[in-house]
Amino acid sequence: MVDLSVQLKALRLKNPVMTASGTFGYGEEYLDFMDLSRIGGIIVKGTTIRSREGNDYPRMAETASGMLNAVGLQNKGVDYFVKNIYPRICDFDTNVLVNVSGSTVEDYVQAAEIIQELDKIPGIELNVSCPNVKAGGMAFGVSAKALCQVVKEVRAVYKKHLMLKLSPNVTDITELAKTAEDQGADSLSLINTLLGMSIDAEKQRPKLSTITGGLSGPCVKPVALRMVWQTYKAVKIPVVGMGGISNTADAIEFMLAGASAIQVGTANFIDPAVSVTIAEGIEDYCQRHGLKSAQELTGALKID
Amino acid sequence: MSSIANKQVLDFILYEKEEWPNSALMKFKTTESLPEILPGQFVQVKVEDSPQTYLRRPLSVNYIDRENSCLWLLVQKVGPGTRKLAALALNSKVNMILPLGNFFSLPEPKKESGLQNIVLIGGGIGTAPLLLLGKSLHELGYLPHFLLGGRSAADILQVEQFRVYGKVFITTQDGTLGEQGLVTEHSILKEMQPDRIYCCGPKPMMQAVASLAKKRNCWCEVSLENLMACGFGACLCCVEKTDKGHVCTCTEGPVFNINQLLW
Repeated sequence: MVDLSVQLKALRLKNPVMTASGTFGYGEEYLDFMDLSRIGGIIVKGTTIRSREGNDYPRMAETASGMLNAVGLQNKGVDYFVKNIYPRICDFDTNVLVNVSGSTVEDYVQAAEIIQELDKIPGIELNVSCPNVKAGGMAFGVSAKALCQVVKEVRAVYKKHLMLKLSPNVTDITELAKTAEDQGADSLSLINTLLGMSIDAEKQRPKLSTITGGLSGPCVKPVALRMVWQTYKAVKIPVVGMGGISNTADAIEFMLAGASAIQVGTANFIDPAVSVTIAEGIEDYCQRHGLKSAQELTGALKID
Repeated sequence: MSSIANKQVLDFILYEKEEWPNSALMKFKTTESLPEILPGQFVQVKVEDSPQTYLRRPLSVNYIDRENSCLWLLVQKVGPGTRKLAALALNSKVNMILPLGNFFSLPEPKKESGLQNIVLIGGGIGTAPLLLLGKSLHELGYLPHFLLGGRSAADILQVEQFRVYGKVFITTQDGTLGEQGLVTEHSILKEMQPDRIYCCGPKPMMQAVASLAKKRNCWCEVSLENLMACGFGACLCCVEKTDKGHVCTCTEGPVFNINQLLW
């Protein structure tokens, strides 16, 4: 019997598999396909203090082994979430974390305070890495000074699990990882999407209304894996790995590189029950390799 | 009113195929029982062994034979993914998510509604969902008018199948079949006042039809084909601006009454 549970500081996941914000709606979209109690947690759609219409269509461009998106944090705002969505999803038998984004430090702080009041939400994922919004978003995630301020102020008011989602669009991700750790983040999730671009050669026009967008899918996996490895070596807090994870082997690779848990993102669109398949696959892998606990995988990469 | 069945991921086998230069009619069977699929709904088809095709391909359901668990898709060869699909050999296994999206609003049976002229306008591959819709209308006692448009004769597909359920009218831009011109210019639209229009095709064509319907104060539904990633409301990529703001074409649509749209 393998113990699949993992611990992100005080937050316990029944297994290391979570689903990534922006790819899993509010979980309800997946109820026809899978049993949410079979995975460690879900991170619901990016939520902001006020309602956002998001960017204009077109917001998506397919790429080789992946896609670009420019959704731009479309959501109905935190009050709508509290009144209308939370009551529908609070009884899911898994950890439901809310991804929180904002344009100013005050936006983040206010949203975090409101979500803290929700008993069944054990943590938030602070999104300082969305590449698709004009004000704020990634601006907080690419400057150590700005990141320091937002994490510090949210930490001062938010007492539950504080996960910080890091941007890969930086020169040295470990600098930002260490900043977040120093300011009291409980865990780090990475990577958010890579800033990219796609052009329609015939029309000589960009494929996205915003010209640039966030790249995700299997094409980003090697970059993500490298960043998880670097971050794991640089900090002591748990790392949650993501970036193109589509199957069990991908998930295992991220754990070997140092991830305590993983998030499945874009692959949910193609195979809506893949997170359950991966959770089962990790158990099978542990059995085959004689591991008593999935936690033994974290950072177990052999490099001698 | 029928309700929407739970979404499923099902494997199908390709058992019959009819191919043209730019498109293919592909007939699939499943050993599972087929969920209820309503006219206008679509499926998300997984494309194997095509590295450039990461996402599933959203395709309208063309026809259903529920007793035999058969489903037809009409595939236009647009890019690597649809080319790969159209080239599949018989007996290939194909994975689909279905049923997705909303559906065309069906009227009451003809003897109760009193509606006379129901016109189904399709452009190019947009004719695909109109066959299943035509069948449903025929079962309700109607003899719909199918107005099919394309660039040339090669774009006009399934004429014989459409004739089973109603009258067929054709326009082609080069005049190789039917009347020359655009669907909105066809003489049938001048000769009668439609009670209802259902439309699917390229966006400029649907906008022209919508504008004609508005001018003539005619009820009209269109089916959009915005680019999408998931097909079930998670990615928020396929949005259309409506009177309620941005909504997902895959869950609130693909079928919209033209009054909902900001066209």
